[in-house]
Formats: sequence, C-alpha cells, structure tokens
Amino acid sequence: MLAYIGRRLAALLVILFGSTFLVYVAEGYSGDPTEGLRGSTDPHARAQLAALIRNLNLNVPPPARYFIWLKGILGVFTGHFDLGKSRDGNQVSTYILQAIPVTIRLILLSTVLAILLGIGFGIVSALRQYSRFDYAMTFFAFLMYSLPIFWVAVLLKEYLAISFNNFLANGTIAPAWILAASVVSGVFWAAVISGTRQKVFTIFAIAGAATATILTLLSVTKWFTHPGLGPIIMLLLGLGFAFGITYISTGLGNKAALRSSLAVVFVGFVFYFPVEYLFKRFPSFLTVVLMLAVTIAIAIATAYIFAKIDRRPVIRTSVLTSFLFGFLFIIDKLMKTWVPYINTDAIHLRPVPTIGQANDLLPSGNFWFTFLDTVLHLVLPTIALILITMAGYIRYSRGTLLEVLNQDYIRTARAKGLSERTVVMRHAFRNTMIPITTIVVVDFAAIVGGAVITEHVFAWRGMGTVFYTAVNNFDLNLLMGFAVVTSTLVILANLVADLLYSALDPRIRVVGKK
Amino acid sequence: MSIFSRKVKTIDNQVDTDIFNKETEGLSQGQIVRRRFVRHRGAMISLVVLFSLITFVFSTLGFKIFGIGYGGWWKYKITDLPSLRTSGCSVALPGCPTLDLLPGKNFGLGDHPFGQDDLGRDYFALAMRGAERSIEVMVVIGLVAGAVGIIIGSIAGFYRGWIDAILMRFNDFVITIPAIVLGSVIGFHFGNKGVLFLALFLGLISWGGLSRLVRGEFLSLREREFVDAARVAGARNRRIIFKHILPNAIGVIVVNVTLVMSGAILLEAALSYLGFGVVAPDVSLGLLISQYQDSFTTRPWLFWYPGLLIIIIALCVNFIGDGLRDAFDPRQRRRISRKDRAAERVALVKH
Repeated sequence: MLAYIGRRLAALLVILFGSTFLVYVAEGYSGDPTEGLRGSTDPHARAQLAALIRNLNLNVPPPARYFIWLKGILGVFTGHFDLGKSRDGNQVSTYILQAIPVTIRLILLSTVLAILLGIGFGIVSALRQYSRFDYAMTFFAFLMYSLPIFWVAVLLKEYLAISFNNFLANGTIAPAWILAASVVSGVFWAAVISGTRQKVFTIFAIAGAATATILTLLSVTKWFTHPGLGPIIMLLLGLGFAFGITYISTGLGNKAALRSSLAVVFVGFVFYFPVEYLFKRFPSFLTVVLMLAVTIAIAIATAYIFAKIDRRPVIRTSVLTSFLFGFLFIIDKLMKTWVPYINTDAIHLRPVPTIGQANDLLPSGNFWFTFLDTVLHLVLPTIALILITMAGYIRYSRGTLLEVLNQDYIRTARAKGLSERTVVMRHAFRNTMIPITTIVVVDFAAIVGGAVITEHVFAWRGMGTVFYTAVNNFDLNLLMGFAVVTSTLVILANLVADLLYSALDPRIRVVGKK
Repeated sequence: MSIFSRKVKTIDNQVDTDIFNKETEGLSQGQIVRRRFVRHRGAMISLVVLFSLITFVFSTLGFKIFGIGYGGWWKYKITDLPSLRTSGCSVALPGCPTLDLLPGKNFGLGDHPFGQDDLGRDYFALAMRGAERSIEVMVVIGLVAGAVGIIIGSIAGFYRGWIDAILMRFNDFVITIPAIVLGSVIGFHFGNKGVLFLALFLGLISWGGLSRLVRGEFLSLREREFVDAARVAGARNRRIIFKHILPNAIGVIVVNVTLVMSGAILLEAALSYLGFGVVAPDVSLGLLISQYQDSFTTRPWLFWYPGLLIIIIALCVNFIGDGLRDAFDPRQRRRISRKDRAAERVALVKH
C-alpha cells in the first residue's frame, strides 16, 4: 500500500511539473506584460519598467524563467516556499491564502447540499423507475445540465433577491401563491410516496392542506417580517426530525432508536434557554461548534442508555437527529437577529444581497450580525451552484442504484424476507455510495478552481477572482499560483478517491505490480 | 404507504425474454440500436428539434462555402442599423420584440422578432449569428476532441505497456488543467484569431475523459476471440484497431462525444461571458448575455433569447446522448407493457 502511494505521489510530481511547465510557457509566450508601460508617456514609466523587469525576471525567456519559478516552489522541501511576486510586487502566496477560505466558504455548503439533495432525488427516482416522478427528475436533471450558470445567476438575482426584498415590505403572501404552493407540494409528496390511487389522493390532500395551513399562518402572523422559532415550534420540529430520521434509518419498529432520538430532542428542548443565554453571553464561532459537539455527545450517551444490544443503528439515528436539532438552535438565533439586522442602516430592509461576499458597512464586532450577513450572502450563489451540480448526482446515483438493485445479492436479501427498507438502505444504498464517494472527492477538488464564473457573477473575491485578475493583467506568477493550487488539489483528490475506493470496495485492490 | 415501497411488478421472465427475442430476431446490432434509439421519445423529439433549429439558424443569415453563397432569408444583417421601433412599445422601451406565437392579427415573426438592442441592431440577426457560432464551436470541439480521444485511447489500450503508461500520464495531465483555465489563457491572447481557432484549441484539451473510456474498452475488447481470429487471419495491428475493435467501442465513443459537445456549448458561452472567448465585433450567445445582462430589468428580451437558445441546443444534445446510451446499452431493455405481455402469452398458448 505504501509503495503504491509512493509511486502515485512520484507520478503526481511529474504530472505537476508537466502541467505547470505547459501553462507557464503558454502564458509566457502569449503576451508581453510590459506592453502597457512601454507605450506610456508617464515620466516614471522607464523606472517602473525596469523595476518590473527586475522583479519578474522578464529578461529571461519563459522556458528558462520557469526554472527560476520552480526553484521557489521546490523551496517547499527546504522551508523557503516561494510562489513569486505578482505584478504589483506583493507575494502571490498572500493573495492565494486570502482567496482559498473565501472559495471554500462559497462551495462547501453548496457542495454538501447538492450531494445530499442529488443523492436523495436520485434514489427516489430509481425506486420509482419509469414513473412520472422519474421522468420529471430526468428532465429536470438534463435541464440543469444545460443551464449556463451566469444566466441562472441573473434570474436568481432578479426573481429571488429583488422580489423577496420587495415582498418583505409587507410580508404577506397572496392567496393565489398559497394555492399554487399547496398544489405543488401535494403533487410532489404524492409522487415521492406513491401507492394505490386512493393513497396518492390522500397524500396529495394532506400535503396540500398542510402547506396551505402553514403558509397562511405564517402570512397572517407576519412571520416573514418577524421570523423566529421559539421553544414550542422547535420542539414540534424536533419531534418531526426524530420520527422522520428513525423511519428512514431504522424503521419505527426499532423502539430503542425511536426512544433515544426522542429523548435527545427532549434534552435539547430543556436546554433551550441555557443555550440561548450562552449564545448571547459568548457570541463566537467556537460556542456554536461546542454546542453542536455537546449535542452529539449527549446523543451518543442517550443511545448507550436506551440500547443495550445492537447499538450502532441507535447511535446513528440519535446523532443525526441531534445534529439537525442542534442546527435549529442556530437557525432560531439567526432569526432572532433578523429584525435588528434588517433595520440597520447598512441593510435598510433589503436583506438578500445580489452580489458580494459580505456587507462592509455593517457595524463590526457583532458576531451574530456577521454570521447572518455571511449566510445571506451565500443564499444566491449556493442556490445557483446547487442547481448546476445537483443534476450530475441525481443521474449518477439513480443509475448506480438501479444497477445495484439488479444484482443477485439484492434478490437474495429479498428472498430472505428482509423488509424493503433494509434491502434498499442496507444492501443497495451502501453499495451505491461506493462509486459516489469517489466522485464526490474529485468533484470537490475540481470545484475549487471551477467556481470561476460563479465568483465572477456574484463578485466574490476567491480563487476565481485571482485567476480572472491574473489573466487580465498578464500576471504570470499569480496565474501560476492559482494553477499550482488547483491542479495539486485535483491530483491529490484523484489519489484519495482511488484509495477510498479500495478501502470501501473489497473487490478492488490497489497494490498492483511487484 | 412508504417511501421504500415499490409496486409489486409481475415479472414474467419467460414472456419478457420471448418478447425481447422476437423483437431482435434476425436484426444486426446496428438495426437493434437504431430501433431502440427511435423508440426513445425524448431523444427523437430532440433530434427533430435540433435539426430544425440548425437548418433555421444557418439559413437565416446565409453562408458562403467554397464560393457558393446563399444570402439568407432574413432582411437584416448583424451590421444593419435600422431605427428603433417605437410603435407598439412603451415609450421608455423602444425596440421591443415583435415575435407573437399566439394566433391573431400579429401572429408571426414581425419586423424585429427578438427586438432591437440599444443601437437599433436587429437582435434576431445577432442571436442567430450567435447560435451559428455556438453550433460551429460545438461541432469543432466534438470532432477534434473525439478524434484525439479515440486515437490516444485506442493506442494506449491496444498496445498497453510503456506506451499506455506514457499516454495515460499525459492524459492525467490534460485532465488536471481545468479546461476553463487553459481556454481563458488562449482565448484572451488569441481571441482575435477567430472562433474556430478557439474551438480547435478547446477541442485539443477536452479529450481526457473520452480517451480513458476508449482505452478501457480497448483493454477488454483486445482479449476477445474475434481479435485473435483477425490476427490469425493475418490482419495487421492497424486493421485490427480500426476495423475490428473500434466499431465495437463506438457506443461508448458516441455517447461521450455528445457529452463533450453539450459541455462545449456551455464552455464557449462561459469563456465569452468572462471576455476570454469570442470577442466583438464577432457575436456569440455567451457574449450577448454578458453584454446585456444589466439591461435585464429594463429590456429583458436582450437577456432571455440568447440564454434560451443555449439551453435548447444543450438540452437537445444531452437528450440525444441519453437516447444513444440507452440504445447502445446491451442490458437495456425496453419497458414492456402489460398489453404486450398479454398478447405474447396468448401467442405462447396458441403454439
């Protein structure tokens, strides 16, 4: 195994060498970075030109200059890592180090959500193969595949951000919209759950009525202008999570899992006011992380108390429930921050921004303001990225699950008399996840460099902007900084994917040649 | 009532296999594939739409190939500057679109179906020129990437050994560089050399996935008996590659090339949007969107039409690719309806 990793790492270095050399030489020969200065009539232009040539070693031809640059990179082994200087004389590494966290913030949430939603829809689609739901999902996925993200972005800005901000002016929903939303939700749930005709109509009616009631209540109580959850709604939602997650993960028949996750919700509910106090008293990211960690610890402890045998599914169920319930605390706190937030001068009752990564005019030092601000700035790019990337996961998980469901071991599992849930979740779903895991790893790495357009449209200053500036300014070292980081990530991710594959699938061995 | 419940299917393997065998009896592989493809409704609709669209787009402004010119049936060229139409538009928004698909007095294309831009140029002509560019880019990238991918993949898979090792490392390295990065660098510096140069270059960097798949197919196909038979009969390597193995790998190739092509449209649009692709005075759909995205609130037609054209083209290509994949997949069987089964059972009883 170690030999294999070693061999792969060696190949990685060779590939990196080749690809950076190619990009360096291509960019080096494709234009003259001094062009703007040569034509300049500024009296200092000569001095600036000389400084530029000296700083960037422009008197050395590109193939040879590459090795000067490479020497700085190889400093990674001696501790003097140097990506060179950008045109304005600053270290490239400063720009890169500033940009990476921004890009990760941008893509982390959307990638996770796209994976979860995509796999969820893909699985339901596969279980209902050739149903209307399946056809609708297929069409939807292909449509998403064909959308240019910059085009979607403009639509989102107009119809989501600006319209939502306008809607907040009075915060009531017109009856026609409530009716439309209820019909859509009814059709959706009826298609997902399906069954005999009578059942389909019942589900349609229940889902539609529930949506209509909730929306009407929210509209009448002006919830959208004064949002909040409060302990009672949180308790109800938590109970919903407990039942829902138990149902999907172990089935309601597993009493220990159900009791344990219900207990987690009640414990969390008891701690509602203490947590609220903590959030107010110690507003920091650390508090939030600690809160989630403690919640999960409580969940594990509860699972140990309630389950004497076969603990793993119980632990899994409780931890998932507690994690979701923990998020409710954060959402509740953010909603409480909402009213003071939108009334600040910087926001002025228009909370959903169309561009940017943060509002610089906000009063600084208020952790929850900044948090909510970040979340709101993430809304549009996240939706756009989810729409674009989800399609692949829908198609892929559907295809893989269908293939797995045709395997003999699935037939064996059914023949043993296992419930359909056990067959799907335990035997089929887990095997579906093997190829998907490896795809996820590679996708995640690729998207770090690939969110160029998203960043450009939404004016985020991440890796995409570094790249865009570099190309526009003939900034060779900056471009190389971007290229090195993104290609290293992609190659490493490929290696990790291969290793993961062999770890997850015992049929695959990586050891290879002696 | 459950998410996991599945309709209990009355699977009658005997009957289904019978239907399947009867349908494919005496047909060549090509005929089976063609039949399956024709049965894929989405793919057939897309094929018709795409071909009508291509004919429509290329006949609008006319073209000139090897001196044989065709002027095009549309009255405006992209350089024409007719005055802004005001009648029928609101005062603040001259140059609104005249396209009317509802039956009535104004039905038809009208004077400026997609409206006019701020200078008065006919937006229909601009959008059609943009669509021409997109389709050209798509075809060139598909052809170039297809050719390079097939050659590299088949050589690597057929000869294996050190040739394979070198070619596949080269492949890794092409995959490593995001297409948008190299495309931008080239597009930014050589954008003035024209759209076909850009397309050619993008084709040269988008074959990574294809060649891997072709190599995989070759690795498994070269061990089959028909290859041994060809070799015993005295066929040389080149003949074996092109006449014996390649036709058997065509399914994988065709499907993947359609994927590359639909990706190519979006790649070109994205590059032009960033300003690294097609540059003015030439026109492309991505460029039109980037030029007029700010006028979305005031004159939305300048934004909608190019986007819709991109989506229609890419969607059609994707559906055709899906249809081809289903058609080439030997495990894929058509969904057999209850009626067919009943008929087949009756036939079985009669025999």
